[in-house]
Amino acid sequence: MLAFVIQRVAQSALVLLVVGLVAFSMFRFVGDPIDNMLGQERTQADIDRLRTQLGLDQPFPVQYVKFLGNAVQGNFGISYRQGRPVSDILMERAPATLELAAVSGFLAIFIGIGLGVFTAIRREGFAANAIMSLSLIGVSLPTFLIGILLIYLFSVELGWLPSFGRGDTVRVGGWSTGFLTASGLKALILPSITLGLYQMTLIMRLVRSEMLEVLRQDYIRFARARGLRERAVNFRHALKNTLVPVITVTGLQLGSIIAFAIITETVFQWPGVGLLFINAIQFVDIPVMAAYLMLISVMFVGINLIVDLLYFSIDPRLRADRTKAH
Amino acid sequence: MTMTQPILSIRDLTVEIPTRHGILRPVDGISYDIGRGEVLGIVGESGAGKSMAGNAVIGLLSPPARIAKGEIHVGGTRIDHLKGDAMRRLRGKQIGMVFQDPLTSLNPLLRIGDQLTETILAHLDVSRSEAEKRAVAALDEVGIPGARERINSYPHEFSGGMRQRVVIALALCAEPSLIIADEPTTALDVSVQAQIIALLKALCRDRGTAVMLITHDMGVIAEAADRVAVMYAGKLAELGPVRDVLTRPRHPYTDGLMGSTPLASRGKARLHQIPGAMPRLDALPSGCAFHPRCPYAQDKCSADPGPTLADGNGAACWFPLPHDAKVA
Repeated sequence: MLAFVIQRVAQSALVLLVVGLVAFSMFRFVGDPIDNMLGQERTQADIDRLRTQLGLDQPFPVQYVKFLGNAVQGNFGISYRQGRPVSDILMERAPATLELAAVSGFLAIFIGIGLGVFTAIRREGFAANAIMSLSLIGVSLPTFLIGILLIYLFSVELGWLPSFGRGDTVRVGGWSTGFLTASGLKALILPSITLGLYQMTLIMRLVRSEMLEVLRQDYIRFARARGLRERAVNFRHALKNTLVPVITVTGLQLGSIIAFAIITETVFQWPGVGLLFINAIQFVDIPVMAAYLMLISVMFVGINLIVDLLYFSIDPRLRADRTKAH
Repeated sequence: MTMTQPILSIRDLTVEIPTRHGILRPVDGISYDIGRGEVLGIVGESGAGKSMAGNAVIGLLSPPARIAKGEIHVGGTRIDHLKGDAMRRLRGKQIGMVFQDPLTSLNPLLRIGDQLTETILAHLDVSRSEAEKRAVAALDEVGIPGARERINSYPHEFSGGMRQRVVIALALCAEPSLIIADEPTTALDVSVQAQIIALLKALCRDRGTAVMLITHDMGVIAEAADRVAVMYAGKLAELGPVRDVLTRPRHPYTDGLMGSTPLASRGKARLHQIPGAMPRLDALPSGCAFHPRCPYAQDKCSADPGPTLADGNGAACWFPLPHDAKVA
């Protein structure tokens, strides 16, 4: 098992190196940053001086290694547009995105699994069929449209919930949270539903189909034949056996919740890293773009690593196979 | 055997499956009793309704199959109309079940100790530590060496034969009065089949558990059963003490079935074959369902369904073979 963990960590590091290369390449191939930094009135001497000062006269591999070295220390350079360290800007913005993603992920997982189990057990029931039909909306409507519809209904027509922003936030240490104020919590509702709806319906439909498959298995019949309560059969025996594929998909989906927060953040003008990224693209603010890319890939890789480790805690057969194999 | 009240008593049990092409009857009006400590073997081809009858007794028919007619009594209580939680309480507690494939009937993600204790706790009013103690004892009884340590193992850490022992321990751990063993040895290695049958038989004899042993293996029947019921196309063809049915079958179908079973005593002679195949449930012939394949069939057989076997021994045949008939 330890060997497996080391192997996965090494793979994760490799993925990050490659993403780092892509992020770094942006600096070289999306125009010359010197052009952006110096104004019209520049001389060749200015250009050369700045080039040497920024280390841009050095060979590509040397620059890449330097970039990586800085990135590992959390130093992604200075934003072209804001003139401040990128890491500071990210730290300001990250809590908004992470809180939004956490609430969305929580909704997606718990409501998704709950409804999935429900629709599988009450397969013939009216409520289950209604939920299944409605879930098509979540799967097929694009995120921005859901967001706009929600804003129209709950902000414009009913006026219950704010249509943009985070509401009031409270600083706890270096973290600005919207969880502690009423307006912060209210502001979270629409964006988190918008962001999590697709994942929720996806998880629900996956759990349902896996449950239907597992409920046909002999060990479920045997559990029933032993007179176990329905709840024990459904949750202890059936749901647990659906979790390996569900966790795989859920892990990937949590990654995309963070990554695709861009769209939701744009619709709701949510001051997170996604919105930051969109603005950075508009102004070709490459250090911010590179840092965002690295941040998202670290999260993806981290979630996948956790997913791999979760397999072991769920399925004892994997533990045994691995110990034999190594 | 049936002098005292039988553990299981089935009367005129009929299971129906409504389909678009009409109603199918995989089990059609069967009646039999199983007494305390008795092993009743149920034999027949695939699709004869053996397992369906067992599922009806334990209340695990998968819809749309349903009990349409008849009565099932266990320990003197009528159970065929019980639903939901009332039936759930009987399963495991009154009626245990052993499935065919031990590789798939244990939950792969739960320790066998947990599967045992959850079953015990579902039925007996004991503390968790007492349940765990009983779980170890149950494993010990089915011959798992080192039960105290093995209780923490997962199903995949056992061999097929050992897993079937665990399944038997699970079926017996709440001390049911009836065990339905549905092809308990079919998925096992030949070398462990005899062990499992001997184990099942010994445990049930000691506890006085009645056993419904569903199989198509005549060897298993000869080894373990006290009486045997032969099923054909959802009906009982013949019912009687195992020695009589195996050596002096009276129903032509049983006769053909015995003739097609390889026996060491018959040497290398070519095996007998019953011509044709068992009819599909949606295309049953008129009269006795066996008549198109029966070498002794007469006009009456295609007109009248065979005589119904009331409880007791005999053959459901208009023209049963004489008692001294030799196996074909």
